Amino acid sequence: MSAVATGVEAVIGLEVHAELLTQSKMFCACSASYLAGEPNSHTCPVCLGLPGALPVMNRRAIELTIKTALALNCEIAEFSKFDRKNYFYPDLPKGYQISQYDLPISHDGHLDVRTGDHHRRVGITRVHLEEDTGKLTHAGAIHTSQSSLVDLNRAGVPLIEIVSEPDMRSAEEAREYMQRLRQILVWIGVSDGRMEEGSLRCDANVSVRAPGSTELGTKVEVKNMNSFRAVYLALQHEIERQAAALEAGEEIVQETRGWNEAKGVTISQRRKEYADDYRYFPEPDLPPLHLDRALVDRIRAELPELPATRADRLERDLGVSADQADLLTDTVELADYFEAVVATGVPAAEAANWVLGEVSRVLNTGVLVSALTVRPEALGGLVARKLDGTINNNQAKELFAELAGGDTVVATAAAIDEAIQSRGLRQVSDTAELERLVDEAIAAQAKAWEDFRGGNERASGALVGYVMKQTKGQASGPAVTEILRRRAQAG
Amino acid sequence: MKLTAEEVRKVAHLARLGLPDEDLEALSTELTRILDYVDKVGELDTEAIPPTAQVGDVVEAFREDEVGASIGTDAAIANAPASERPYIRVAAMQE
Amino acid sequence: MTADLTAGIAELGRRLRAGDVTAVELADAALGRVEQVDGELHAFLARTPELARESAAAADAAIRAGNADALAGVPMAVKDVLCLEGVETTAGSKILKGFVPPYTATTVARALAAGAVPVGKTNCDEFAMGSSNENSAYGPVRNPWDLGRVPGGSSGGSAAAVAAGAVAWAFGTDTGGSIRQPAALCGIVGLKPTYGRTSRYGLIAFASSLDHVGCFTRTVADSATVLQAIAGHDPMDSTSSRHPVDDYAAALGGGVKGLRLGVPREYFVEGMEAGVSDAVRAAIAALEKEGAEIVDVSLPRTDYGVAIYYIIAPAEASSNLARMDGVRFGHSAPDAKTVIDQYMRARAEGFGPEVRRRIMIGTYALSSGYYDAYYVKAQKARTLVRQDFDAAFEKVDALVCATSPTVAFELGAKTQDPIAMYLNDVLTIPADLAGVPAISIPCGFSEGLPVGLQVIGPAFREDVVFRVAATYEGITDWSSRVPPLAEAVA
Repeated sequence: MSAVATGVEAVIGLEVHAELLTQSKMFCACSASYLAGEPNSHTCPVCLGLPGALPVMNRRAIELTIKTALALNCEIAEFSKFDRKNYFYPDLPKGYQISQYDLPISHDGHLDVRTGDHHRRVGITRVHLEEDTGKLTHAGAIHTSQSSLVDLNRAGVPLIEIVSEPDMRSAEEAREYMQRLRQILVWIGVSDGRMEEGSLRCDANVSVRAPGSTELGTKVEVKNMNSFRAVYLALQHEIERQAAALEAGEEIVQETRGWNEAKGVTISQRRKEYADDYRYFPEPDLPPLHLDRALVDRIRAELPELPATRADRLERDLGVSADQADLLTDTVELADYFEAVVATGVPAAEAANWVLGEVSRVLNTGVLVSALTVRPEALGGLVARKLDGTINNNQAKELFAELAGGDTVVATAAAIDEAIQSRGLRQVSDTAELERLVDEAIAAQAKAWEDFRGGNERASGALVGYVMKQTKGQASGPAVTEILRRRAQAG
Repeated sequence: MKLTAEEVRKVAHLARLGLPDEDLEALSTELTRILDYVDKVGELDTEAIPPTAQVGDVVEAFREDEVGASIGTDAAIANAPASERPYIRVAAMQE
Repeated sequence: MTADLTAGIAELGRRLRAGDVTAVELADAALGRVEQVDGELHAFLARTPELARESAAAADAAIRAGNADALAGVPMAVKDVLCLEGVETTAGSKILKGFVPPYTATTVARALAAGAVPVGKTNCDEFAMGSSNENSAYGPVRNPWDLGRVPGGSSGGSAAAVAAGAVAWAFGTDTGGSIRQPAALCGIVGLKPTYGRTSRYGLIAFASSLDHVGCFTRTVADSATVLQAIAGHDPMDSTSSRHPVDDYAAALGGGVKGLRLGVPREYFVEGMEAGVSDAVRAAIAALEKEGAEIVDVSLPRTDYGVAIYYIIAPAEASSNLARMDGVRFGHSAPDAKTVIDQYMRARAEGFGPEVRRRIMIGTYALSSGYYDAYYVKAQKARTLVRQDFDAAFEKVDALVCATSPTVAFELGAKTQDPIAMYLNDVLTIPADLAGVPAISIPCGFSEGLPVGLQVIGPAFREDVVFRVAATYEGITDWSSRVPPLAEAVA
C-alpha cells in the first residue's frame, strides 16, 4: 500500500533480537540449547540469579556480535561496557538484565533493502549484546490464568539487539528488511533465525505523517509479530489504523500494541502504573570491554562474502539474472552448491535453471542442501549428459528426482554415467529412426499435423508426444520438433 | 530538599516494597534526612573528574564458549517456595 | 589449655602437628564453647557440628600423613553472607530464611580445601548493612567485653566468636568497615584485603564495587595465613585480580625501620573519644620508636567519604537485592493473588527497616532525573578519594590511624539515628572506596574496652600492611588479651 492509498507516509523502525549460536550461555557455562532437555535443567547459580552468583562474559558471544556488526557495516566501539537494566518480572531472575546502554559494542551501520525497483538504505543505529530472559507459560491465557510457570533454561542465553533507524516507509520494506537481516545472520552463522521458535524476534516503532513532512508523528510500538508475514500484516494494519485515526481527527496515543494474528488487528496493551524507570548503571561485576583493532580486523578478515556481494558477483561474472542471483544466494550452502555445479564446466544459465528448478523442488520438501544425495559434481555430470545428447531433458529430470529421493549419495559424474548405463537410458537421436517415427506420428495424429502445418506451434505437442510414447521417452524432443518444422516448411 | 510521601510511594513501587501508607510520611522524613546528608558530595568540585565505576585492576575477564555442568532441575527448583516440577510456580501476572 | 582457641591458628597448628591435641578434640572444644557462650553472645545463627567433625577427622588424617596445610584442623566460623553448600544461609535476613545454597563461596571452599574446620555460620547485620550488628533480623550480637554493648558490624558475629574464643578465626566481609570496625571494638585482628584480592563468588552481594572478603584472627601472622589460603584469581568472579599472590608470611618480620608512616590529619575526627585518640597516638609513637618515620599527611576528601558511600552502596544494593523476590527462593507471600502483590509483600515483610531504607535511597539515587546528581556525582567524588590515597602513597609507605572514632557503644545507643550510626564508619569507608588493603589490630583499651589501630597500604601491598601491623603487635601484648568471658574456658 503506498502513501497515496492511505494518504500518509509511514515511518518505521525495527528492533530485532536474535539469539546467538553459542554453545554456552552469555554469563555462565550452562548449555545455550534451551529447547533440549527438561525445563530448568540448564541452570546454575549464575543464571538462576541466586544470591552470591556472579557473571563471566562468553568471549565467543562478543566476537559474534562484532561479526554481526561488521556484516551490517557498523563502527565497532573501542571502549564498550555492560549496564544493568533494572526491572521486576518473574522470567528475569536477578531483577535486572545485563545489557548495554550508552556504550554499545557497535553503532552506525546500514542494510540495503530492495522492494520491486525501489532501493532503500536502512540505517542501523546500533548492535549490542545482552542476555535473554527465561520463559513464562500460563495455564490458559495470560490474563485469566491463576498462576504462571517459570522455566529458566533460556535465561542468560546471549542475545544481540539490532536497532534500525526509522528509515522504512512501508510494511513491505519492513518485511524485506527482516528477511535480509535474517539472511545475513544465518549466512554468517551467528543465529538460526527462527522467528516462529523465537530465536529471532522483532518489535516495530510505527508513526505516520503527511507525505513530504519532516516532522515525526507519535510513535506506537508494535509487538508480537512472529513471522515475516505477521510483520507485513501487522504494520500494514497499524499504518492504516493510524491513518484512519488522523483522518477522523483523533490523536495517536503513544503506547504499545500487540499484533493479534487471529483478529488481524493490533490491540493496546495495558499501560503500567508508573512507567518503569530502568535505572541503568554500569555493571559493577564486569570489567569494561576494550575492543582492540587487531581483534576487529581479525574478525573482519574471517567474514565470508556476504549474500548481496555474492549475488552481484554471480550476476556480473556468471551472467545469471539479478532475480536468479538473489534466489541462488538464499543461503550460503545453496550458493556454494550452485558454484560447484558451474565449476564442473556446465554453463551458468543451465546450472541456475537446474538449481532453482529440480534441486529447489527437493529442498522445498524440507531437505537441507547439505543432505542432498546428488552432490554438485554429480549434477554437473548429469547436466553435461543432457547437453551432449546422451539423454534428453525429461530423462535427466526423472533421473535426478529418482537419485535425489534415494538414500545413496551420488557424488561424481562417473556415478551418473553408471546410473544412466544401468537404467539403459539413452536418447534416440538417430535421424533416420526419428524420421520414421515422425512419419508414424503424422499418420496417427492427422489433425494435429494439419494444425501444426497451419501455424499452430502448440499442436506439435501431440506429435512429439506420440514419438515420445513410441520411444518410451527416449527421443530427443528438440530433434523431433526440428524434423516437424522442416517438413512443415517443405509443405 | 524534601522527599514527599508521593515520591516515596513512587520509589517504593519501583523497588517493589509494599510499604503501608501510614509509613510513608515517617519514611519520607527519614529518607529526606539521609539525602540531605549525602547531598554533601555536591560541595566537591568534580568538573573534569572521571567517575570511578570499579576499583579493581582487571582488564579482561572472559570465559571460553564451553558447556559446563548445570545443577539440574531438582537443585534449581529446590529453594522455590512454589513449584510444579519441573517448573517454578508464580502467581498470576495480572489483576 | 591445649584446646584453647584463643591461642590462634599458628599455635594450634603447632599443637596439632606435635600431637598435643587432635582436630576432632578442637572441634568438640569449639562446639562446646559455642554452647557455653552463645546463649549470651548470639554470635551464631547456625552451627555445623557434623561438617565440623567430618572436616576435623579429615584434617587429622592429613596431619598424621604429614601433608596438612596451615589451616588444617583449626576451628573457624563463616559469616552468614557467605554461601556454604547445603547449609542455610540467611545474610541475617528473614527474606532468606530457609535458603540453602547449592554451592559454596570460593573463599570458603579454599579454606575448607586447606582443612579448615567450620563450626557454624555467624550472625551479622542484615545483608551486611550496619555498624553494630543490631540490624540482624535474628537479634543482635553482644560484645564479649561487655554484654551490654555492641560488637560492631556488620560482621559482629564473627568478631564476637573469635574474641570469645569460640573459634580461632572467622570469615568476615568489609564494604564500609564491616571487618575492621568490629575487630577494633572486640579487640582482635581484622583484615580487609585489596579489592579483588579475594573472590566475591558466593558472597551475597551488598555493594559490588565495595564488597571485600577478609578475616578475623587473633594475630597478624594468622591473618597472613588465612589470606594466603583464600587469596588469588577466581575465574568465577570477573572482578577478581590476577595479581600474583605474595608470600605473606615472609612480609611479617621486616620491622619498620626506614618505613615512612603517614598519619592522616583528617582521621582525628570531631567526636572521636579521647581514650581512642590517646591509644592511637601512643601506638604511633611506639612505631616511631621502632624506627618508622612518622609523616603528617592529608587526605582532604576524608570528610566526604560517608556521603559518597551512602550513595554508591545503597545504589548498588538496591539492584543486587532485586533478586530477593520470593520466586526462586526465600520468603514469599504464598497467598498473593498476583505477581506484583507477591513482590510487594514478600519484600516489605522480608527486609528489615535499615535494608528498606537503603534500597529506597539507592533506587532514588539511580532513578531518572537523579542519576547524574547522585550516582555519577558520587562516583566522581570517589575518584577524588582515590587520588587522595594515591597522593599520600607517593609520600609514605603506609598510613596509620584509628579504626573507629569510639569504643563499643551500648546496644540501642545509635539505633534511632541512622546518620549517627553511619558515622561510625568515617575512618574505614575511605579504604573501601579506594579498594586499598587495611587491617585493624588491638592497640589498647579505653574505659575497659578495646581500641583498634588501623594500618592502610597501597593496592596489593598487603605485605607492607602486615609488616607494620606485625611489628606493632610484636612490641605489645594486646593480642593476648581476652575478655573475661573467654577466660572461663576449660
